Amino acid sequence: MSVVVFLEHHEGELQKGSLGILAKAGQLGGEVAGVVLGSGVEELAAGAGRYGASTVYVADDAKLEAPLPQPRVDVLAQLVEEKGIETVLFAQSILSADLAAGLAARLDAGLNWQLVDIATQDGAVVGKQSALGDSVLVDVGWTSTPRLALFRAGIADPVETGGTATVEKLDVTFQEHSLAAEMLEQAHEESSGPSIEDADIIVAGGRGLGAPEGFGMIEELAKALGGAVAATRAVVDAGWYPYSAQVGQTGKNVSPVLYVACGISGAIQHKVGMQGSKVIVAINKDPNAPIFEFADLGIVGDVQTIVPKLTELVRARKG
Amino acid sequence: MKIAVCVKQVPDAAATKRIDPGTKRLDRSGEGSLNPVDANAVEEALRIRDASGEGEVVLVSLGPEKALDSLRKALAMGADRALLISDSEAAGSDLVATSSLLAKALEREGADLVLFGQQASDSDGAVLWAAVAERLRLPLISQAAELTVAGGAVTGKRQTEFGYDVIRAPLPAVVAVADSINEPRYPSLKGIMGAKKKQQDVLSLADLGIEPERAGTTGSRTEVLALSDPPPRGETRKLEDDGTGAEKIVEFLVEKRLV
Repeated sequence: MSVVVFLEHHEGELQKGSLGILAKAGQLGGEVAGVVLGSGVEELAAGAGRYGASTVYVADDAKLEAPLPQPRVDVLAQLVEEKGIETVLFAQSILSADLAAGLAARLDAGLNWQLVDIATQDGAVVGKQSALGDSVLVDVGWTSTPRLALFRAGIADPVETGGTATVEKLDVTFQEHSLAAEMLEQAHEESSGPSIEDADIIVAGGRGLGAPEGFGMIEELAKALGGAVAATRAVVDAGWYPYSAQVGQTGKNVSPVLYVACGISGAIQHKVGMQGSKVIVAINKDPNAPIFEFADLGIVGDVQTIVPKLTELVRARKG
Repeated sequence: MKIAVCVKQVPDAAATKRIDPGTKRLDRSGEGSLNPVDANAVEEALRIRDASGEGEVVLVSLGPEKALDSLRKALAMGADRALLISDSEAAGSDLVATSSLLAKALEREGADLVLFGQQASDSDGAVLWAAVAERLRLPLISQAAELTVAGGAVTGKRQTEFGYDVIRAPLPAVVAVADSINEPRYPSLKGIMGAKKKQQDVLSLADLGIEPERAGTTGSRTEVLALSDPPPRGETRKLEDDGTGAEKIVEFLVEKRLV
């Protein structure tokens, strides 16, 4: 079986989410290839060998500089058709979702999404899809090849195999409509303090903090625990905290050892970004908040009194 | 300016959603409502139409005939007419099939701008617009949180995992909007009364010239094999804060060796 994983990169680094899918792809048996698309990315591509790719296909073209999906559909469609690729895997991101769906339409190929796992069962490839707010697990299949699969980010960690990959360059031609959209501006916010994607401990704040000032105590608690600060989309939209700290569907996916959710209701859009956390602690005054359905420990109470006290106790304990 | 808005009826948010074990499809028998973020797409379309001073907002949907109830809500907001693709052969269509049916209807409309709401509340999926854009061979902007239409082009600003992008595409184009783009208006009583009289076309696959093989399960490339309960996340504990909430958390963290 020929499997290719779309490897997303940002500022010269392959993204952890897609490297995790590379490790996951290994479970399907057989060799796994990666594909890296961009401008000036050949060296980056070779690096995927360390994470289990035996071959990395590379398309290096100025037209692939901006992270837009449509020119990438052109390249992947050519790759799938020329090499007879049977399965293409993606880790969820804004770019990957649009790319996978565009490719599905171009090739009339089945796309299953929200996958948390994939395996070969009795010779058939079966995906595990988490549906309806994680209330049901659905086994999904494909009725033809190529099969396209979009995984939730953070469902698998990258595994260093220490291997090397053969880099194969692709010639690409673009279709007119694929180049019509144009990136005018890309503004990248830099976060201060530890990156939430790499942090072992995250303290996150939501609307329940009441006001932007509420993040003061969240930062204090994060400092006491030695962790990073995250935020929900609602408070980022309201301008309480920078976008770089946003966790959830339109933000980052995180899977720390400990996630402390303060004043966060736990709507599905937030949940998908943090449910991979090993231990979840939630503080919220609404006893019916969905977060209590999946928090290992939930305290129904006022964040304003509990958080500062918790910070004190943690500090005292750490001396 | 002619704007098509693709909308979807989803099970009402108040209802517990379930998958029918027989058909292995989402049970849509209960009360339905307009997919929440689709109201943002309709709102944005109305604003663009009204700013340009002329044109039309057409709703395009796929679903059972009772989906007209939800389309009427969008008509009450101010959309001009609605087109519903409804055919028993279309039930169970996956992304490949759905995108090809919608694209057929959209081709017929020939709108300058096609809008989508960024996410359907019933499938957690966020992918349809990209497939439709590809079938129409039109440029795509997704996740738009701000939109401007000027000089034959649409410009969208969006949030990404890394910051903000500003993307411009010549019209016609397909744009998916995020719910942060606007606050959808409430329909006025007059709007609600007027909605019933607005043009509502229900078209079958044959009306659109679509072969039945392109639709439903035969037109689909994915299938649902089985349903099961998700693995338990382990024990969850919920405690009322009796003044010792912070202590309880610390005890728990110590027990888990996290402090």
